[in-house]
Amino acid sequence: MKEKETENKKGISNWIDERLPVFTFINHNLRDYPTPKNLNYFWNFGSLAGITLVIMIITGILLAMQYTANTEMAFDSVERIMRDVNNGWLLRYIHMNGASMFFIIVYIHMFRGLYYGSYKYPREILWMLGVVILLLMMATAFMGYVLPWGQMSFWGATVITNLFSAFPVIGDYIVTFLWGGFSVDNPTLTRFFVLHYLLPFAIVGVVALHLVALHQFGSNNPTGIDVKSDGDTIPFHPYYTVKDYLGLGVYLIVFAFLVFFAPNFLGHPDNYIPANPLQTPAHIVPEWYFLPFYAILRAVPDKLLGVLLMFAAVMVLFFLPWLDKHKVRSANFRPFYKQFYWLFFINCIVLGWVGAMPAEGIYVLISRIATLYYFGFFLIIMPFLSKFEKTTDLPSSISAAVISEKFDNKEPSSAESYVK
Amino acid sequence: MLSKPFYFFICFLFLFTVPNSILVKAATSNVDLIQQNWPFNGIFGRFDKASLQRGFKVYSEVCSACHGLRHISYRDLEGIGYSKDEIKVIAGEYEITDGPNDEGEMFLRDAKMSDKFVGPYENDKIARLANNGAYPPDLSLIVKARAGGADYIYSLLNGYKDFPENFEVSEGMYYNEFYPGNQIAMPPQIEDDIVEFDDGTIATHNQIARDITSFLAWTAEPELESRKSLGVKTLFFLVLITIMLLGVKRKVWKNLD
Repeated sequence: MKEKETENKKGISNWIDERLPVFTFINHNLRDYPTPKNLNYFWNFGSLAGITLVIMIITGILLAMQYTANTEMAFDSVERIMRDVNNGWLLRYIHMNGASMFFIIVYIHMFRGLYYGSYKYPREILWMLGVVILLLMMATAFMGYVLPWGQMSFWGATVITNLFSAFPVIGDYIVTFLWGGFSVDNPTLTRFFVLHYLLPFAIVGVVALHLVALHQFGSNNPTGIDVKSDGDTIPFHPYYTVKDYLGLGVYLIVFAFLVFFAPNFLGHPDNYIPANPLQTPAHIVPEWYFLPFYAILRAVPDKLLGVLLMFAAVMVLFFLPWLDKHKVRSANFRPFYKQFYWLFFINCIVLGWVGAMPAEGIYVLISRIATLYYFGFFLIIMPFLSKFEKTTDLPSSISAAVISEKFDNKEPSSAESYVK
Repeated sequence: MLSKPFYFFICFLFLFTVPNSILVKAATSNVDLIQQNWPFNGIFGRFDKASLQRGFKVYSEVCSACHGLRHISYRDLEGIGYSKDEIKVIAGEYEITDGPNDEGEMFLRDAKMSDKFVGPYENDKIARLANNGAYPPDLSLIVKARAGGADYIYSLLNGYKDFPENFEVSEGMYYNEFYPGNQIAMPPQIEDDIVEFDDGTIATHNQIARDITSFLAWTAEPELESRKSLGVKTLFFLVLITIMLLGVKRKVWKNLD
């Protein structure tokens, strides 16, 4: 009798929680979850990426209900979505621009990790899982771009799959295997559709692992210093939930502006021409988010070497935790790394720009220099700096850094006196 | 609120994406397009229905001799202000092959509202044969499928010139200063008074070019008006809620001081 009463008192949520601790889990990971109190807005981009993934999956599933993966019908089925399906244009434009937004968010997320040393001990696996997500995203985005079966879809697919023919002996076999035939054709389209639908769920799986790895040690922070006491952290809810909501609001404004007022700004007009295997477009360019890698590919005169370098440009990210072994995480306290970091950032923009230019004249030279710096930054500068760079004084704790930042402009020298 | 990450986000958006549009511009002709102030530009952009109807007349009487509009149905004409009865009459002027009927025969019947626009040619091969080997592209998406959009189409229609000296000409080609390579297989089609507008508008060369371009902008993006009006509402809502969230965020974080 008594036992029954206490059970009643506990209510239905506790009844469930005792058997399946979902509420404990949520409480632990989204409410009480202690988070460094000094995170800036760059730490919004993780949650934004997660939300974008959900948006992409929802709009993608709805689009798949209307899309036909057949070379004869794909282009027209997309136009049917745009014209005859209720709000089909909205779904498609969200999905189309969502891909670009996803990459912007993820690239900023990665540049943030690179700046604040978020890949260092003990978050190596967290970072590597992130790189796996990037790879899956690239594959998914590439195959998704093929589905509307426009001119750029077709020729982009032809150029990129043909890259594998550079490998000696097995190259041609790989290409035929990828195509499912002897040219990019119906079997290619159907398998790309299937994989484009499948891979996002693989991404969801890796994102889950990414979060598990994150919550093992908690977020890094702008100082890069470990959390030392409870005073350094605040509960995730309400502080970071509300901050994430605010970031989401700003993000959706930009996203909505693109979708409603410039939906084709980031796309290529040629993709509104149905695929024609007999007519090559004047310039074949990938989507903007692949341009830096495309530039690296074209910087090398040798096809095989170019392909290998392009893959290496992503693969090198896996080894980041071991290339940069400097004990200090945040670039704020590493004067030299900071300079090279910003140069690297500009270098990536330059690579993106030459990737969109024809591979001739001065652009070839620029792309070579930029490629050299891209790899030099990771393979030479990073290991060198981790050995020799002297850092500026680190604050004694996250709390001390927060206090000194508040008084920084008024009395910079007195900052230390606030530290207890 | 407009902190460093936000500016970073915006810079990133443009620094990384602008190369694409530069290239797209470079891929077209070197000549600057004739810029027009289209009523459907801008976030409050709307189509001028009268202009679209005139453009439809130009399409029916001139362009449709060679170009199709295969993504458009007759019922879609309601979007440019025709009534159902008017559309039935318009569709009734065309015949399409249907069938097989109960006797197993294919037969001709008048087009209905639900039918797609009847194209000028049975297939691509006949189209090429009839046009000196050149294929007249379908116009449904032409405004979205060309860099420069409506301005490009308008410029092209106004871009016919005599061949400059020393210009090597292929047989049966025309010179157009906006067409990539400057040699175009389509002869100049528009001249003053080639159509007679029902609303009394004087059919000058420029007027015709403007109206047909507007019409093609509509066929490429018939959703434009609902898209933009929904966009304005959505942005209004998002800006409002973001300002509110800014207030909430500041209030919540005050607890920490």
